[in-house]
Amino acid sequence: MGSYILKRLVSAIPVLLGITVIVFAIMALIPGDPATAILGSYATPENVEKLNRDLGLDKPAVQRYFIWLFNMMQGDFGRSFSLNRPVLDEVLDRFGATLVLAGTSFVLCSLIGVAAGVVSAARQYGFADKAITFVVLLGISIPSFFLGMMMILIFAVQLRWFPASGMWPIYGDRNLLVLLDHLLMPALALAVVATGVVARLSRSAMLEVLRQDYIRTARAKGVPERGVIWRHALRAAMVSIIPVLGIQAGFVLSGAVYIEMVFQWPGVGRMLVDAILKRDILLVQGGVVFVAACYVGFNIVVDVAQSLLDPRIKT
Amino acid sequence: MGVLSWTRRGVLAAGTAMALSLGMQAEAQTPPGVLIVGQIAEPKALDPAAVTAVNDFRILMNVYDGLVRYKSGTLEVEPALATGWEISEDGTEYTFTLREGVSFHDGSPFNAEAVVFNFERMLNEDHPYHNTGPFPLAFFFSAVESVEAVDDLTVKFTLNAPYAPFLSNLAYPTGLIVSPAAVEQYGADFGRNPSGTGPFKFAEWRSNEAVVVEANPEYWDGAPGLQAVVFRPITDANTRTAEMLAGGIDMMVEVPPVALSEFQGDAFQIFEQAGPHVWFLILNAKEGPFADKRVRQAANYAINKSALVDDVLEGTAEVAAGPTPPAFAWAYNEELEPYPYDPEKAKELIAEAGAEGAELTFYVTEGGSGMLDPIAMGTAIQADLNAVGFDTKIETYEWNTFLGEVNPGLEGKADMAEMAWMTNDPDTLPFLALRTDAWPDKGGFNSGYYSNSEVDTLLEEARVATDQDKRAELYKEMQSIVQEDAPWVFVANWKQNAVTSDRVEGFELQPSFFLLLDDVVKN
Repeated sequence: MGSYILKRLVSAIPVLLGITVIVFAIMALIPGDPATAILGSYATPENVEKLNRDLGLDKPAVQRYFIWLFNMMQGDFGRSFSLNRPVLDEVLDRFGATLVLAGTSFVLCSLIGVAAGVVSAARQYGFADKAITFVVLLGISIPSFFLGMMMILIFAVQLRWFPASGMWPIYGDRNLLVLLDHLLMPALALAVVATGVVARLSRSAMLEVLRQDYIRTARAKGVPERGVIWRHALRAAMVSIIPVLGIQAGFVLSGAVYIEMVFQWPGVGRMLVDAILKRDILLVQGGVVFVAACYVGFNIVVDVAQSLLDPRIKT
Repeated sequence: MGVLSWTRRGVLAAGTAMALSLGMQAEAQTPPGVLIVGQIAEPKALDPAAVTAVNDFRILMNVYDGLVRYKSGTLEVEPALATGWEISEDGTEYTFTLREGVSFHDGSPFNAEAVVFNFERMLNEDHPYHNTGPFPLAFFFSAVESVEAVDDLTVKFTLNAPYAPFLSNLAYPTGLIVSPAAVEQYGADFGRNPSGTGPFKFAEWRSNEAVVVEANPEYWDGAPGLQAVVFRPITDANTRTAEMLAGGIDMMVEVPPVALSEFQGDAFQIFEQAGPHVWFLILNAKEGPFADKRVRQAANYAINKSALVDDVLEGTAEVAAGPTPPAFAWAYNEELEPYPYDPEKAKELIAEAGAEGAELTFYVTEGGSGMLDPIAMGTAIQADLNAVGFDTKIETYEWNTFLGEVNPGLEGKADMAEMAWMTNDPDTLPFLALRTDAWPDKGGFNSGYYSNSEVDTLLEEARVATDQDKRAELYKEMQSIVQEDAPWVFVANWKQNAVTSDRVEGFELQPSFFLLLDDVVKN
C-alpha cells in the first residue's frame, strides 16, 4: 500500500508542473495586461510601460516563469497587485471559505444522492423510484446559478428567511448557527446537480449488484431485506460509486465559481473571476495552482480509498 | 420498510426544523447609526496615491482630506486642509496656507512637512517610501518640479510650466493627504492600515467582506452624523439589488437601469446626479469614409441619441451635445445644441460625400468603466447607421483587450469605436484625446487622429491661463469648433445613481461621483 501511495504521489509531479506551464502560458497569451487594467482610460503607452516596469513585468516570459516557479517552490507565491497583499494569504483565506461551501455541498450530495439511489433501486419501478427519478431529472436540468438566483428571490427578498449573500453577518456574533444560516442556500444550490448525478449512478450501480447471485443467496438464507440492501449490496456498489463521488468533488469545487458569484461567497472561485478581469497574473496563477494541487491530492485519496475497498485495483 | 421510511421522515423533519430555526433569526435589521454601503468591488488599497478606481475613491474620500476639495454640488474648488492659496503672476508657483491644529487619525500632526512627504513619496523616485507604490496616477502632478515647506503651516509648489488644472487635480483622490507616520510604520502595508484626517477613521478591513470606518469626533469640519460606515463589496449587480431589497444594505451605488423600477415606492429613495462623464464614438478621421467631415456629421445626425438614453439606458443618461459634459458648469458652452436625429439630412451629406454604402468596422466593448450598456448601445447604433445606407460590421472585445486595440489608434483596423471618460477637469479629456500632439504615436488618446490647429492652440492656451473666466471662454470656443468638426459622435452624459433605504437622511450625490457621507444620518 505504501509503495502504491508513493507511486501516485510521484506521478502527480509532472501533472502539477504541466498545470504551472498551462496557467502561466494562458495568462501570458490573453490580450490585455495588468497595467492597462489598472490605468483604465489613462493607459497611455508611456504610463503602461512605466507601470509594467514597476510591477516587474518587463522581463521576458520564460525568465518570469522560472522566477515564479522557483519562488513558489520556496513557498513564495508573490504579491497580488489588485489586492495589495501576499497571494498565498489571500488564497488560503479564500480557499477556507470555498472548502466550507464545497465540502458541505459534497456531503449533502453524497448522503442524499446515495440514499436516493439506494431507495430507488430497492423499490425499482415503485412509486418512490418514480418520484425520485423525476426529482433527480429536474435537479440535473436546472443550472445551479439560476436556481441560486431564484432561491435568493424567494427566500431572501420575498420571505426574508435567509440572508441574500455573504458568509458572515456584517454585525454580531460569529457562530455555527449564523454560518449555517448563510450557508444553507448556496450549499443546496450547489449540491442539486451533483446529487442528481450521484443518485442516478448509485441507482444503476445498486441494480447491477442486486442482480448478483450472492444477493439471491443472502435473501435465501433469510437475511432481512434491510441488511441485504444496506450491508451486502451497498458495500459492493460503493466500489463503483466512490469514483463518481471523486468526480463530483471536482464538480462542486468548480461549480462553486458560479455559486460564489451569485451568493457573493468570499471563496476562491470568485477571487479567480475578479483576478482574471483585473489581469492580476500572480493571483490567478497562484490560485489555480493551489486549487489544482488540492484536486490532484483529493484524487489520490479517492484512488487509495478505492483500492482499499477493492484490492484488485492496486496494480 | 422500517428503516427506510424512518430515514425519509427523519430527514424531512430534521430539514424542516433546521430551516425554520435558521430562518427565524435572519430578520435582524442593520443597526441605526451604522450605514452599510453596497460597493461594486473589493477595494485594492486604501492608499489614495496607489489606487485608480472610483469604487476605491468612494471609501477614501471619507477617510482623507486634500488641500482643496470640490464645493458641494459643483466641480469648483474650495479650501479644505489648506485655508487659502496664492498663485504667482506667471502661474508656476502655488503657495498654500494650511489649517492649524489638524491631526491625523494616528495622532501625528498635519503640517507642511506632511504635505511635502506626500508629494515626494509619489513623485521622487529616490524618496525612502517611494517603494510603497506603484503610483499609477502620479502623472496628475507631473508638472510639479518641487514642493517645499516654507514654515510649519505654509507649503509652496513650483511647477515647471503654468498648469491650470493643478488645483482640481489636488481635489482629486490622488491628491489626498496621508499620515507620514503611518506610512513609515506600515510601509507597503499602509494601504491596509490607512490614516488620514477625514470625517471617518479606519477601523477594520475583513478581506472580501467589509471595510469598516468609524466616526472621527475631532473632525475639523464637524463630527459626522453616523457612528460608522461599512463598505461591503458585492460584485454582482443582481445580488447587490437583491441585498438592497432584502434589507441587508442601506445604500447601493451604480444601480443597473433595469433594476431602478424595483425601488419605486416609499421604502427607498432614488438619487441621480449628472457627472463629468461623456460617452462617445471615436471616428477614424485619418482614412476611410470618416476622413470626410460631412460623413462624420452624417453619423451624428443618423444616430437617434434620445432613443439610446431613454430606451436602452432607461433614462439614466442625457444626450450629449459636445465633447465637454455640462457638469463642468463654468466651462460648458450652453449655446451648443445636440445634433438632432435627422436621417434625411444624414443621407444628403453621405450622398454629397459619395460615401453611400460605405463599409464600417465598429469596435464595441463588453463592459468597462463608464461604458454603461455598450453592447446594446452598439447594436442600436449599428441599426441607425445601416438605416442611412452604411454597412456597419461590429467587432466585440472584452474591456482590457478593447483598450489594447483602441488606445494605439484605429488606423488600418476600424472606422469607429465606443469610448467613455470620466474626468475631474475640463482640460483632461480634450487635451489627451483631441489635440494633434495627442495622436497615439505621441503617447496620447487621440485614437481617431483628429487634427485642427485652432483647437490645439485653444487647448494649450487654456491650460496655462490662470484666470478661470479666460479659461472658460477658451473651452467654450473649443467646444463649438469640435462639435462642428465632429471627430466623435457625441452620444450621452451619464447620470450616476444611488438608492438608499428610507432610514437614510441627508445624503446627496456629487457631480464628482465621489460618495461623501459626513452629513448623512441613519435612523
